[in-house]
Amino acid sequence: MKLLAQFGKFWYDFLIGDDWRLAVGVVITISSVFFVAHHGVNAWWLLPLAVALILMISVTHEVRRQVR
Amino acid sequence: MHSVLLVTAAFLASAVEMVEALTIVLAVGVTRGWRSAGWGVAAAVGGLVVIVAGLGPALANLPIDSLRLVVGTVLLVFGLQWLRKAVLRAGGVKAMHDEEAIYEAEVALLREDGERRAHDWYAFTVAFKGVFLEGLEVAFIVVTFGGTQRNVGLAAVGAVAALVVVLIAGLIVHAPLTRVPENTLKFGVGVMLTAFGTFWSAEGAGITWPGADLSLLGLIAFVLVLSFGLVAFVRRAAHVPEVTAT
Repeated sequence: MKLLAQFGKFWYDFLIGDDWRLAVGVVITISSVFFVAHHGVNAWWLLPLAVALILMISVTHEVRRQVR
Repeated sequence: MHSVLLVTAAFLASAVEMVEALTIVLAVGVTRGWRSAGWGVAAAVGGLVVIVAGLGPALANLPIDSLRLVVGTVLLVFGLQWLRKAVLRAGGVKAMHDEEAIYEAEVALLREDGERRAHDWYAFTVAFKGVFLEGLEVAFIVVTFGGTQRNVGLAAVGAVAALVVVLIAGLIVHAPLTRVPENTLKFGVGVMLTAFGTFWSAEGAGITWPGADLSLLGLIAFVLVLSFGLVAFVRRAAHVPEVTAT
């Protein structure tokens, strides 16, 4: 049981880490990319743009939290 | 070109994990003795070999696009976390990951624990834990980087090169690797993981990149420029709070 909890904690730290917004943002964006790609739209620019936005939001949130 | 990037990414990512593992092993070895620490390292390496051998065939049977989608997504999330921390550290908002402080804390903790025994389970466990957890991340990096490119061997070359370099560095200084610019290394790894994760997950989702593999260079440049821009933003915000504290 303890091993299972440690295993779960390892993956939680590995994927969720300090800011859950990163994981949620990435999953939502990739799902959207998957959807549009399977409807014939090659939106290759969508993921890099979303990655930039997700990182900016997460960093800005942390900076504002620290500055307060 | 793609092979060089694969080896470089695996090398950098593995080196970061190995530096952390080596710091723990050095702390245990110096204070509790090398014998039990060495057994801990050996047991961890043995466990890792079993896990990697078990994962290999399972990964080979997966469809390549599904593999790219899952692995790319995980790498992208992991890379963004790493990059976020590196940006915040470089911008002065988050404390630098201080290997010297970690080493001193580890040494103090170990000395408090008491006398040495014939077989020191504490040294064994700490060394095992450090090497196993960091090694598992290295194994993950090698299997995922190599698996998606159908070239685990090449990714393993990068990891083995990192192991050789980190071991030589450890032997030369024979002390905590405080002089290794860890944040610079982590910054580079974050950029690479994010770029590779973006590339693979989009490919796995059904996207065709313009310029095929060459677009990876464009992605690395894009993430690099984005990161430097964010570091500049964080520095400005940290030093002039009223600008962003609205």
